[in-house]
Amino acid sequence: MPYTEATLQLLSTDGTLVESDRTAEYRAVVDRLTDDHLQLFYREMSTTRRFDIEAGNLQRQGQLALWVPSLGQEAAQVGSAFGTRPQDTIFPSYREHAVARIRGIDPIHIVELLRGVTNGGWNPNESKFRLYTLVLATQTLHATGYAMGIQFDGSFAKGDPSTDEACLVYFGDGSTSEGDLNEALVFAQSYQTPQVFFLQNNQYAISVPVVRQSRSPLYLRGEGFGIESYQIDGNDVLISYAATRLAMDAARAGEGPRFIEAQTYRLGAHTTSDDPTKYRESSEEEAWKLRDPISRFEKFLRARGQSDSFFEQVRQEGEDLASDIRRRTLELAPPPMDVMFDHVYTDDHPVIDAQKKWLQDYEASFGGDHA
Amino acid sequence: MSENLSLAKAINLGLQRAMQEDPKVMLMGEDIGTLGGVFRVTEGLKNEFGEDRVLDTPLAESGIVGTAIGLAMRGYRPVCEIQFDGFVFPAFDQIMSQLAKLTSRHQGTQSFPVVIRIPYGGHIGAVEHHQESPEAYFAHTPGLRVLSPATPSDGYHMIRQAIQSNDPVIFLEPKARYWPKGDVDFDATPAPAHQSRVIRTGTDVTVVGHGAMVAMLLDAAEVAAREGISLEVIDLRSLSPIDYTPIIASVEKTGRLVVAQEAPGQVSVGSEIAATVAERAYYFLEAPVLRVSGFDTPFPPANLEGSYLPDVDRILDAVDRARGF
Repeated sequence: MPYTEATLQLLSTDGTLVESDRTAEYRAVVDRLTDDHLQLFYREMSTTRRFDIEAGNLQRQGQLALWVPSLGQEAAQVGSAFGTRPQDTIFPSYREHAVARIRGIDPIHIVELLRGVTNGGWNPNESKFRLYTLVLATQTLHATGYAMGIQFDGSFAKGDPSTDEACLVYFGDGSTSEGDLNEALVFAQSYQTPQVFFLQNNQYAISVPVVRQSRSPLYLRGEGFGIESYQIDGNDVLISYAATRLAMDAARAGEGPRFIEAQTYRLGAHTTSDDPTKYRESSEEEAWKLRDPISRFEKFLRARGQSDSFFEQVRQEGEDLASDIRRRTLELAPPPMDVMFDHVYTDDHPVIDAQKKWLQDYEASFGGDHA
Repeated sequence: MSENLSLAKAINLGLQRAMQEDPKVMLMGEDIGTLGGVFRVTEGLKNEFGEDRVLDTPLAESGIVGTAIGLAMRGYRPVCEIQFDGFVFPAFDQIMSQLAKLTSRHQGTQSFPVVIRIPYGGHIGAVEHHQESPEAYFAHTPGLRVLSPATPSDGYHMIRQAIQSNDPVIFLEPKARYWPKGDVDFDATPAPAHQSRVIRTGTDVTVVGHGAMVAMLLDAAEVAAREGISLEVIDLRSLSPIDYTPIIASVEKTGRLVVAQEAPGQVSVGSEIAATVAERAYYFLEAPVLRVSGFDTPFPPANLEGSYLPDVDRILDAVDRARGF
């Protein structure tokens, strides 16, 4: 049972609010949310799950090389994404589909990445949502460097949360064993960077259970570096939102970095190349389904009087998104050959230019269809 | 204005001028601030520019390069120092998988003007990991540029060019050449950094090298001249891209080419030059292109470095063999 005495939670698995002195400050943050906010949380979680399922289906039908599902991690992602402010920069790993959508990324670009159309997909300077990073934990150092830049720019700790900047970096339980995360924590604490480390502990690094990465709770890793750290119920969108909001505001105020471990569970496979039946019992998955972030939040909203028509409307939005993604995926063409050569370097490069021209001439030499 | 300076001082002044010209230029590395670097290349710069622009970082090479990448995303132009050649490998993933590929991954939405300075090469009698020549790894990797100055003048101008480049640059400083002095004309307009250069004209054999090998080639040319053999010496300066124009032109004249390098010869910069010249100047070659390299062994204990590293005699031996065809 990954939930411990330390685990902060606002919404119990049965969808009722939990009262406790330890979570009072988080509760105060959540109490400021309007019904519109709460509906938005549900809408983003629910439609992202539908998108996720559709993308998995497209992979099974041969339309994508790979799919990386985020099933079950919607609360950790949606809550934390809304916990940032618009001026904040987010560094994802490669499974943060809900966060991408909240930052305005058209999810077709994530599909393009996994279909082999692009290695990037969007302009991270427009969305302040950086590109997916596939080598584990490398992005944690980029986030720390970026946060150092915020410091050198003097763009934080000026007492205005609506303009002071911070950044948020996502990574998983497997990444905690990588050297780069540990170096990022060293630099962050040393320079007191305005950033939050957000660990989605989904209990498995592909097949290897989290106990192989650490014998002690992973939020203690942050504490070990002297960084204020918390463990939250990552399937509770409310605590995910409130904990991230408070941690980001502390970071942007100049109080130094923060570390959040969100206890969650990858309900699906690591990727479509994975087979979870080889390394875990279905009873474990069933137990986690009872803690599902979306049905839990639905119970909460229904108890507050949210009507059937709202849930039906969101369900339909999910269906529309899925069919839209399916249609546009099938229309995706391979990129032009130029993509391979253009932008390898920013400045002129004679070798790349010559090789591009050589390939153009070579293909043109076959005439017509090959050109 | 011109001054007689060591390479270390020339690079120091180049860094200083780059930092004066552009407030986004910053230095980061181990011991580079208060100490001024173990070779004193950054001496005095922390005092002049402050600790926010000259960072004594934690001792973590991947951390240095990884945070430099994040700073570049924020609009900075970081210049990282890796203390010694053999210490670059903890940063290898950030250089190879991230820095080199990020420009392409971003498809024009972000540049990565990061310079990584690395003192490299032998001749200083140091312990293991302190005398290596790792240039082939970087020259092999798309997305990186690789420069290596051989003279104080090039040190001053090329470090500024590296910093002005909008691409990642691996800047290899031949530590054996840190202290000999040479004239630096601060006001001269430098040649483009990727150009190789004929530094001594000759007619019999073309010899090519980079870094500390350049001075060795000039010494070899002096000795050869006393025996009536005329060597044309070319300083590569840029290892990626390699500028073949002067090399091909020279080989068309001499018909013979010897490439000298401290690195192991297997899959080396010298191998690449030999292959390319064979492709492009085949009908002009009177002899196979010969390489003079370190051996394909780990860099040996320093007592043996004289046997490991190419010297004037081994260069002249190759020249003789080339002339024997």
